[in-house]
Amino acid sequence: MIRFEDVSVTYDGAAEPTVQGVDFEVPEGELVLLVGPSGVGKSTVLGAVSGLVPHFTGGTLRGRVTVAGRDTRTHKPRELADVVGTVGQDPLSHFVTDTVEDELAYGMESLGLPPAVMRRRVEETLDLLGLAPLRDRSLATLSGGQQQRVAIGSVLTPHPEVLVLDEPTSALDPAAAEEVLAVLQRLVHDLGTTVLMAEHRLERVIQYADQVALLPAPGARLRMGTPAEMMAESPVYPPVVDLGRLAGWDPLPLTVRDARRRAGDLRDQLAGRIPKDNAPAAADGGPAPQGPPAPDHETETGGAGGNPGTPRRRRAFRTRPTPPATVHIADVTALSVRRAHVHALRHIDLTVRPGETIALMGRNGAGKSTLLNTLVGLVAPSTGTVQVGGAPPHRTPPRDLVRRVGLVPQEPRDLLYADTVAAECRAADKDAAAAPGTCRALVTDLLPGVSDDTHPRDLSEGQRLALALAVVLTARPPLLLLDEPTRGLDYAAKARLVGLLTDLAAAGHAIMLATHDVELAAELAHRVILLAEGEVIADGPAAEVITSSPSFAPQVSKILAPQRWLTVAQVRKALS
Amino acid sequence: MRDHAGPSPHGHGTGASSDARLRGIGARPGSGADEPSQPDPDQPHGPIPDQPPRPVVADQASRPAIADQPPRPAPHRTPRPDPDQPSRPVAANQPSRPVPNRTPRPVALHPGAWWLWALSLGVAATRTGNPLLLALLVAVSAYVVATCRRPSPWSRSYAAFLKLALAVLLVRLLFAVTLGSPIPGTHVLVTLPELPLPDWAQGIRLGGRVTAESLVFALYDGLKLAALLICVGAANTLANPHRLLKSLPGALYELGVAVVVALTFAPHLIADVQRLRAARRLRGRPDTGLRGLLQVGLPVLEGALERSVALAAAMDARGYGRTAEVPPGVRRTTTALTLGGLLGVCAGTYGLLTAEGGTYGLPVLLAGLTAALAGLRLGGRRTPRTRYRPDRWTARSLLVAGSGAAVAAAMSVAGVTDPAALNPGVVPLVAPTLPLWPAAAVLLGLLPAFLAPAPKEPSP
Repeated sequence: MIRFEDVSVTYDGAAEPTVQGVDFEVPEGELVLLVGPSGVGKSTVLGAVSGLVPHFTGGTLRGRVTVAGRDTRTHKPRELADVVGTVGQDPLSHFVTDTVEDELAYGMESLGLPPAVMRRRVEETLDLLGLAPLRDRSLATLSGGQQQRVAIGSVLTPHPEVLVLDEPTSALDPAAAEEVLAVLQRLVHDLGTTVLMAEHRLERVIQYADQVALLPAPGARLRMGTPAEMMAESPVYPPVVDLGRLAGWDPLPLTVRDARRRAGDLRDQLAGRIPKDNAPAAADGGPAPQGPPAPDHETETGGAGGNPGTPRRRRAFRTRPTPPATVHIADVTALSVRRAHVHALRHIDLTVRPGETIALMGRNGAGKSTLLNTLVGLVAPSTGTVQVGGAPPHRTPPRDLVRRVGLVPQEPRDLLYADTVAAECRAADKDAAAAPGTCRALVTDLLPGVSDDTHPRDLSEGQRLALALAVVLTARPPLLLLDEPTRGLDYAAKARLVGLLTDLAAAGHAIMLATHDVELAAELAHRVILLAEGEVIADGPAAEVITSSPSFAPQVSKILAPQRWLTVAQVRKALS
Repeated sequence: MRDHAGPSPHGHGTGASSDARLRGIGARPGSGADEPSQPDPDQPHGPIPDQPPRPVVADQASRPAIADQPPRPAPHRTPRPDPDQPSRPVAANQPSRPVPNRTPRPVALHPGAWWLWALSLGVAATRTGNPLLLALLVAVSAYVVATCRRPSPWSRSYAAFLKLALAVLLVRLLFAVTLGSPIPGTHVLVTLPELPLPDWAQGIRLGGRVTAESLVFALYDGLKLAALLICVGAANTLANPHRLLKSLPGALYELGVAVVVALTFAPHLIADVQRLRAARRLRGRPDTGLRGLLQVGLPVLEGALERSVALAAAMDARGYGRTAEVPPGVRRTTTALTLGGLLGVCAGTYGLLTAEGGTYGLPVLLAGLTAALAGLRLGGRRTPRTRYRPDRWTARSLLVAGSGAAVAAAMSVAGVTDPAALNPGVVPLVAPTLPLWPAAAVLLGLLPAFLAPAPKEPSP
């Protein structure tokens, strides 16, 4: 159905081809997963299928790509629109119209389908994706997950033979992601739709793949094989594969179910041992650590993150002075936030202690971002009080606020204004009234090898996050908030982030992160707070909260239940 | 056999250049030789590189639905189906053809009906200077807006238009006070110090006497303008401007999409500015003030540019700008009709406006219009697109538009028969009276409030 014949793509102005020697075929009715670390050209390969590369992006494509028998050289994207449906990473940039129903119909209108067919398919798709209650809503008012579902629905309605998806679930909560993937599987099984998909969160998608196309490194050849074969050599792999490699299982398990069947021995081996919890002191969810931790943590290994970080980095954090001596960094009492007749948050009570890492989890639109924004003063509470560092954040002047709390927003680029890294750092020092060079030292620690004159836009997703983090950390806020930090990060970037945040927590920073990534929460969090419809529905030690919920449980805990292991790193440590 | 490296069958514009690039040095040697042989054009599922997109659509429609419909054999594809009968292959696919498409969206009226209604009220407002009638017109539009508007982003624009109207009124009064007015008046309210102006500024006066008559005249005049603005605001509030653009004829569709995209662009830009200004707070900079606004300017523009590129890519990938093959005869006729029609419109207008062309002006204008419209309609054949649940002119839509037109007509008639009541004089200063019949006619404009009230429950 999709055929790449010795394809290489060179963008204008690039010295080397972004991908080369790509030669594979996706048979009709298969779901093929495109796997590889960031920056190996996955998006380029996907774009070549729909013809956007090179018709739209420019550059030179050598070789040949045929989709459903049509050569993309002679067919422009619009002439492939009836056979290929494409969904990109950002659903908002995909929308042409302004309401859900019109958006679903747009593609069919362009293809000139008869009105009766359009109507029927819109209704079917509304039901299929659970969008029926939202049909008249304006697209701008939907949550991220709803938008992603509309975007997928809008390419499903013309019934394309090929679907191309670039990270379709990375913005979705676990349940919504399952829903979307179930829809994809149904399309593949019932309608014989061919799907080519790239996704960083392999733990969500690997089990649905018929084949895996692996781009192991930039410029390397694309290899194709069964998921188990490819996972054995892939540089990126989900926790279940990691555990399988650790235990030496062959063939590698790809689903929790496979792994559970083989995990009998491993469970016996681990029987007597107790997982070392993430939390140094909050394992029982009980009392706070006694005051702020001492600044010297040179000898402490950063929790169970498995990535102890470099000594250089730790030295930089060690020089940080002790955070203000309050036992509670943030205090939230009876907080409610109402916006335009919607209760975004209802009656939240919460305290944050130094050195504690809290993961905020819950559906898209459950109020996670609102809670973070309230803590940083972007949203004023409707009722109740919020105290951060002893002052209400929405009344604190920004200049003082940065020294109490810092937020890395969902789109880290929002924080970056300057056109070089060096200028950004100078501005950050000035904003935070820190000694000149503070921010640059942090950047050097977090992002070794980034030169002063790099434009922030040219950084990769992970690097940009690190730069924004450095900018926020320049003011040394005792409370650090992160909104969806792992969106678009591959496993390597995520591991670096985990190591970094573990070090920060060990140095006494309180960290609060809103995330859909259960594996991240399992590795990092001491405490997990589940939100639903603006209310706290669970608040407790990570191990307890996430293992008790099937949709928020990490793979390792599902495999090794009833034992309470959360991450492969814990298991590895216990076995060694 | 067609050379694959050549320009694509529908290649025009930018496509040609990328094709040229594609032909570049690295293209596989002998690409014309090893390609699959040309398929039989009647084979439904073969590779179809040489076909216009149109037949593929028919093929598409035959694919089984997502629901539990059994797959049916694809009907024989006619190589070039008649664009006017796009549903033929599909009708075979659907034993019992559902007719839900005939029903318009619940309660929503054709946006054109709202615009006609509101603009008619506006026309009525220009026919009268009577403040009581104008106030009645504004009240009628406000009542209809209050009962008929839906909770939607654009429905908040009424307040903005009210403020604008008020501002216009105030500015008009301010001008009357400071610049004086040619209205002779005897009731001097106050005398402002007059600024002596040089000779070349004769006829302009700054300051001086302010008479009650001039103020009242300015008030009436400003009210007229304000009422007109409020009526436009009502149209904006009641009808989704995007849906109005969707009702454009097919040939103008691409233009309409461009305008819609531009319209959605502005709110995105505003949201970006707000988000980035908020983000300034996270950097420890004040999030208010002009400087803040200026500093986020560049990132906002960058973001806007990137979004437009992404949107263009998405639209292209979703089939925007697909064209159908039309016979050269039709194409030429279209061009001739459109050009000739436009020339006719120009000549006709000229004839109407000049004294000596009184005889031929109107017929030429009408003929030109007809030709241009026919050209547009024929031009619509080039775009194979169809419309999803188009707004239809239902009886209610017609009544709504008709009620507005009735108000405008009645006011125009009253303006001829009873000019004194509709334009109360200011010299001598008299209290305006409410003429009975015109006022009753204005109340006709309330009809939409009973025909199309908004649903009681706001949508979630």
